[in-house]
Amino acid sequence: MGRVLAVIIWIITLLSVLLFVSGKWWFPTAISDHAPALDRQFMITILVVGISFTAAQIGLGWMVWKYRDTGKSGDRAVYTHGSNRLEVLWTVITAFVFIALGVMGQSVWASLRLHDAPAGSYSVSVVAQQFQWNFHYAGRDNKFGRTDPQLIDDSALNFVGLDSSDPSAADDAVTAALAIPVNRPVELRLRAKDVIHNFWVPQLRFKQDLVPGMEIKVHFTANKVGKYELACAELCGQLHFKMKSYMLVLPEEEIQALQVLPQEQFQAKMVELLAKYPLPTN
Amino acid sequence: MSVEHHEGVHRHPAPTSFIRKYIFSVDHKVIGIQYILLALAAVLVGMFMSLLMRLNLSWPGTSWPILETLFPTGAPGGVMTPEFYLSLVTMHGTIMVFFVLTTAPQGGFGNYFLPIQIGAEDMAFPVLNMLSFWVTLAGFIVILLAIFVEGNQALGETFAGLGPSFAGGSGTVGPIGGWTGYAPLSALGKIAGPGQGAGMNLWVISIAIFCVGSLLGALNFITTLLNMRTKGMTLMRMPLTCWAWFTTAVLALLSFPVLLGGGILLLLDRIANTSFFIPSGLYVSGLLSGTNPNFPLHTGGSPILWQHLFWFFGHPEVYIAILPGMGATSHILATFARKPVFGYRAMVFAIFAIGLLGFFVWGHHMFISGMSPYSAIAFSVLTLSIGVPSAVKTFNWLGTLWGGRIRFTTAMLFALGFVSLFVAGGITGLILGQSSLDLPMHDTYIVTAHFHLVMGVASIFGMFAALYFWFPKMFGRFMSESIGKIHFWLTFIGVYAIFVPMHIMGIVGMPRRFSSFQEYDFLRSLDPLVMLVTVAAVITIGAQLLFYFNVVWSIFKGKKADDNPWEATTLEWITPSPPPHDNFAGVLPTVYHGPYEYAVPGAPRDYVMQTDLDTEVPSGNGHNGHKH
Repeated sequence: MGRVLAVIIWIITLLSVLLFVSGKWWFPTAISDHAPALDRQFMITILVVGISFTAAQIGLGWMVWKYRDTGKSGDRAVYTHGSNRLEVLWTVITAFVFIALGVMGQSVWASLRLHDAPAGSYSVSVVAQQFQWNFHYAGRDNKFGRTDPQLIDDSALNFVGLDSSDPSAADDAVTAALAIPVNRPVELRLRAKDVIHNFWVPQLRFKQDLVPGMEIKVHFTANKVGKYELACAELCGQLHFKMKSYMLVLPEEEIQALQVLPQEQFQAKMVELLAKYPLPTN
Repeated sequence: MSVEHHEGVHRHPAPTSFIRKYIFSVDHKVIGIQYILLALAAVLVGMFMSLLMRLNLSWPGTSWPILETLFPTGAPGGVMTPEFYLSLVTMHGTIMVFFVLTTAPQGGFGNYFLPIQIGAEDMAFPVLNMLSFWVTLAGFIVILLAIFVEGNQALGETFAGLGPSFAGGSGTVGPIGGWTGYAPLSALGKIAGPGQGAGMNLWVISIAIFCVGSLLGALNFITTLLNMRTKGMTLMRMPLTCWAWFTTAVLALLSFPVLLGGGILLLLDRIANTSFFIPSGLYVSGLLSGTNPNFPLHTGGSPILWQHLFWFFGHPEVYIAILPGMGATSHILATFARKPVFGYRAMVFAIFAIGLLGFFVWGHHMFISGMSPYSAIAFSVLTLSIGVPSAVKTFNWLGTLWGGRIRFTTAMLFALGFVSLFVAGGITGLILGQSSLDLPMHDTYIVTAHFHLVMGVASIFGMFAALYFWFPKMFGRFMSESIGKIHFWLTFIGVYAIFVPMHIMGIVGMPRRFSSFQEYDFLRSLDPLVMLVTVAAVITIGAQLLFYFNVVWSIFKGKKADDNPWEATTLEWITPSPPPHDNFAGVLPTVYHGPYEYAVPGAPRDYVMQTDLDTEVPSGNGHNGHKH
């Protein structure tokens, strides 16, 4: 029985490792400036995870293989209550490895989250609502028009509560898909109208909750032109799985041309751009 | 402290009527079995729900005629609706976490065996103990009511008159919110969509009731362990199971009140128009807060506050689920390796370290919630350090096996399976505990895989091990070893086949709590893995029927067991199987040795029981008490 268990544990370990290293399923190709550092940290971590997992399972298999009861009478186990030296050794080693990993893991986080978006960032205000994304662009004047929850009226298509009496609102546009420039820092100002939602683009390696009552500012830089799927990753109700949009990463000239268009033409142009760019193949 | 002094106080006569003996019993052993039966019933419901979820994910849009019969509004035409699926997610999680993982390991096995293992006649407060079970059962009945109130149109409508948050009948099997019930979705009421009405009220009430039951139990465990140990049972001579149940009780005592408070505030938000978790200016389903009687004015609440309260409880809760399994595993590994536990002291310190650190890491569930990014750093580093005592436990389990003479009973197989699964599930905490890596990983299937393996399946393996191990003591008969072994192999291989592929899904980016993945191009490549997981889940769930059969069959037909069938050392094995009403037939034992004196050189047998008077045991790590 001990040998069977050992072999099964080893086979499970081997198959699990193979599934991870097969390369058939992995992250989609990254498109953000912070992603290489994040992916590297992930690789270091999963290497530690993989080695620890494999070593522990091989060790467990070895113990049950080698120390099975052979039924010899009078044959007793080794009498020991442990070893303080070993306890200290493995406590210190694991503490060092685990905490070092944890500290290393902070660098990407710190670079993204501990300071504001750099000057010259492209700002988009994001307003999520049950099963729909609204992206609010500042327009030609680079100033967001005033918004107020009192003015929200979904039936009149004023999804973000834009105040039309504010002069800086006149050139603003609101669309259901996100367009951002390539190779320029992007600042998103995230809000939610009803419940918590989450902005999630796998290729960006980036996720952030949108919380009602808060405006959360986040920033990142996308570095590959294209169209990417954008999902809600926080349970928001019945049609959560359908709360989908797209993120377009556009060349600077295309985003400049888009930015100055008034609402209707902006929307028409977005439809055109969404058709122009295909989804990534991996 | 004098044990004799307490003896008289807590003695209660053996009951004679059926009701006092088996129903409203104050005997900790009967209450323990009641908790285990509750968990066995709850886990059936939870498993059936996971089966339905897998069917929906693998064959979206397929019509299952039986479902239309069972849930005419939840699955019209036999096809599950998205809201029906999400209510399955919520109820599966809630029932499994609260009514399975928190009842059987602690209320079940802890209740039955903690008093016996420390040499006490009963719990310190037998009536409180009875109350804690019946309160917990009431909580379970309330959560089951959610199925009917939301699933039945007519029943749901009868509640609508009570207020906007009371209407049910949305064709689901309960609320929609996941087991975490994030506000404001959970706070807004009917206006936020299906599954936010009566079912959600019942969900909150059920959890609040459950908190009360757990608190009563925790008080009892702590008092009993500290005050009622028999003569010679020093703290460092206690079995590791007792240390685990004790630490679990401390965690429960400190964390459940926070959830209880949070739950009451959430309920007030729902039914009394308070605004603890609802901020101002919300616009839901076409209505602005304060402009409609169905959506009264809310102002000043914080959605993130709910998350802090919930996870301040929720993180210790995962240790509440797994610590008893760790205790049982240590106990069973030593017994069947025929060796003392390796590093007993280190094991005790590790349990304490896990319990203590468990209170400082709740923020790792909230890295991307919008809380301060600086606190994320603190939570992240603290989270990784909780891996250290977990690793120490694993090393010591391997050390216990090293040099042993391992007997592969079914209980031992499940305990070994626990070690394997605990490592497999726990180790990915190194990934998820890092705030940076949480950016891609948060709320994907890798999280589902991680916590199912470690707090779900590993804990359940601890309980399986415990049941196969203690069944002869509890019922005087063995469970069938041959059925037990088939059950083990199918389950052990099955759970790996279910949960390892889920890690890969998470790396690709598959989000949790989606009723369908058909909308997303980047998830298409995962279809074969989704199918593999479903097939594995169906087989694994099917294998559990063997276990249920084994339990029922063995109670009546199992091979008879004597007092100490496993040749074990601790106090539960000196008393008859099953033990008499007062556990030790009026004579409390005196303890002379540590709990795991196996393979003692020169001893007549390869095990020295804690009560063996005449056997000299060399002094070593793990027993420092008075030596006879």
